[in-house]
Amino acid sequence: MDKEFISKESQGHKEPTKMVLQGNEACAKGAIHGGCRFFAGYPITPSTEVIEYLALEMGKAGGTFIQMEDEIASACAIVGARWGGRKAMTATSGPGFTLMQEAIGYAVSTETPVVIVDIQRGGPSTGQPTMSSQHDIYQARYGSHGDYQIIALAPSSVQEMYDFTKKAFQLAEEYRTPVILLGDEIVGHMREKISVDKEIEKEKEVIPVSAGSPCTDFYKGANTLVEGQLHDEMGRRIGHLPQKSGDFLVKLDEKISKNIDKIASIDTYFMEDAEIAIVAYGSVVRTSLNAVKLARGIKDDRITSKLKIVRDVITKGVPQTLQTDYGHLKVGLIKINTVWPFPEEQLKKLIKKVELIIVPEMNMGKYCREIERVAKKVKVISLAKSGGELPTPQEILNRIIKETGVKKEIEEDE
Amino acid sequence: MNSLFEEYIRKEALPTLFCPGCGNGIVQQAAIRAIDKLGIRENTALVSGIGCSSWIPCYINMDVMHTIHGRALAFATGLKLAQPDKNVMVFTGDGDCLAIGGNHFIHAAGRNIDITVIMINNYIYGMTGGQKSPTTPMNAVTKTSPFGSIDYPLDGCALANTLGASYVARWTTAHPIQLEKSIKEGIETKGFSYIEVLAQCPVQGGKNVYGEKEPAAILRKYRDMAKEGTVSLGVLKSEKTKEEYIERLRKKETL
Amino acid sequence: MAIIKIDKTSCKGCDICYAVCPKKIFVRSQNRNQYGTNMPEVVNPENCTYCTMCERMCPDGAILVERGEIIEDED
Repeated sequence: MDKEFISKESQGHKEPTKMVLQGNEACAKGAIHGGCRFFAGYPITPSTEVIEYLALEMGKAGGTFIQMEDEIASACAIVGARWGGRKAMTATSGPGFTLMQEAIGYAVSTETPVVIVDIQRGGPSTGQPTMSSQHDIYQARYGSHGDYQIIALAPSSVQEMYDFTKKAFQLAEEYRTPVILLGDEIVGHMREKISVDKEIEKEKEVIPVSAGSPCTDFYKGANTLVEGQLHDEMGRRIGHLPQKSGDFLVKLDEKISKNIDKIASIDTYFMEDAEIAIVAYGSVVRTSLNAVKLARGIKDDRITSKLKIVRDVITKGVPQTLQTDYGHLKVGLIKINTVWPFPEEQLKKLIKKVELIIVPEMNMGKYCREIERVAKKVKVISLAKSGGELPTPQEILNRIIKETGVKKEIEEDE
Repeated sequence: MNSLFEEYIRKEALPTLFCPGCGNGIVQQAAIRAIDKLGIRENTALVSGIGCSSWIPCYINMDVMHTIHGRALAFATGLKLAQPDKNVMVFTGDGDCLAIGGNHFIHAAGRNIDITVIMINNYIYGMTGGQKSPTTPMNAVTKTSPFGSIDYPLDGCALANTLGASYVARWTTAHPIQLEKSIKEGIETKGFSYIEVLAQCPVQGGKNVYGEKEPAAILRKYRDMAKEGTVSLGVLKSEKTKEEYIERLRKKETL
Repeated sequence: MAIIKIDKTSCKGCDICYAVCPKKIFVRSQNRNQYGTNMPEVVNPENCTYCTMCERMCPDGAILVERGEIIEDED
């Protein structure tokens, strides 16, 4: 497996076992290895494989699986289970994610650590059940009513579906917050060879950072009061007290917003001398990296398989070329692993010498706004692609060429 | 204040937000007495939704989860499955249980999961100011049925019975001794226990819903209803017609 | 002889206890509770049969019935 597609965190597996897994299966396995011992879910394409894998495996791992009556019940059940002392997760897609928002807000307010997996599909509404998208990026951040911060991870490979799910549990426990794993249909349904832990590792102790809500699990004699209304350290409501309410909301915000340096995870490729940066997250990272290679004239046999050349010859009679003379296009890739909280300072440092930023997304152009806000003097181009297909390396590169005014264009791949 | 309250109530949270004469306080006491008699305080968690009746457990010094409207049973199911050998009690209301929470009620009862539900039915949405609820009597004038309600009220006990709950009972706040006994029996029954309590909301329900405004008068009405048999009161079902959920789960795989 | 105490800070003056006591031990008094409404006072506590209905039916748990000597006022 190409080392570039494994994030720096993944490279430290002790005695790994290699296996070929589907993204959704890897996510489920990552949950079990991350300590998840309760799963409540409701089937929805394209996340159903997560639920089905755990229906089979959760019991064997010593946990409990239940298919609840709807997504709302699933999200509520995992919060209930966490207070019963078990790490808990649910998995869904767009329409289910929408239904879960109230429960996510409840987990935020009560500072309950849970993991919610959203394998994005085309929206809005029933949308495109079997096609990928990145439509939910803002919903992951702002889906529930009220003011709050959230942590969201965007895996771009099957390895990351495994690793990021494991990490999600750790982050959830540390910051006493729900964590969203923002996958998508492409990374959820693809199959790749990955490294997983040989055996379930012992859970690491974390020192939680919290806004002060009660945090002792039930049945430990602490008489814990878990309250959705704004509350004090005993769980008593303070919603009617403006000063105290404001202070609590600030603390809730700052426990994440003031720890972005510890939470943020960004990987970079070829950024050392880059003048043009592609900023991408999720499965779009894969084609973005290929665009970088195309731009820099790096030959990579896997970008175009022999089959594809044959297909092109048949349809267009034009062979795809890998050797380009774009070696002078200094393009790099900034791969954002933790899409929320937005890694503002980290990004600013990385784009200091950059003159142009391209943000390819499978939506109408959403996350690019965050980057625009931060980039200020640097030109930010949103390469928004709707419909369910990844922006191709050629599309990304053509856009770069267009913006930089270089004349020669490569053949557009349909 | 009475000795059990001294022991169980979070005194720093008093006064309760219940209006003078509210039926919730009577149910609260019956529940505390049942818990105390069974000696299960440390092994019991209380879960509630949103509404005046959902505030009952918030004043009790035990493990309490005050959740979102209608979803108490979903939270309780998760909690119960995480710690299957501990007790979970749910406090809910007529709107919380039968309106927004209807789906969760159907499935929790259908599973026959070992949770004890105390549904305080005051025939109105009290917390939000007196709107009609699924149990509001036909023709009652409320804030959202100003020309009289045109809906047939739902019967929570009949629903629980049909769905296969193991223990179904209905009492009123005028029957605190029987209520306490039913709560105790419900907790002891392994399976879904549903205890409905007809309660009074003198401020929001009042004359429009009960025909009386004074709490004592409403209680008198409940006592008379019981004598005349206008409402089916008592232990309506006390047999396990279905195996309990966790027992079934344990037979299939490790929990 | 019953010692019946009524907690001034808990009583909300709902008037249920007057109706509930089979021996009519509670009567409306001019004493005010913390909310400023009339609270009950105890008359003829020697008639108390310890039925505990007042304790159970007070929504605020403000009534305490103990066995002991005659003391009419609460603290």
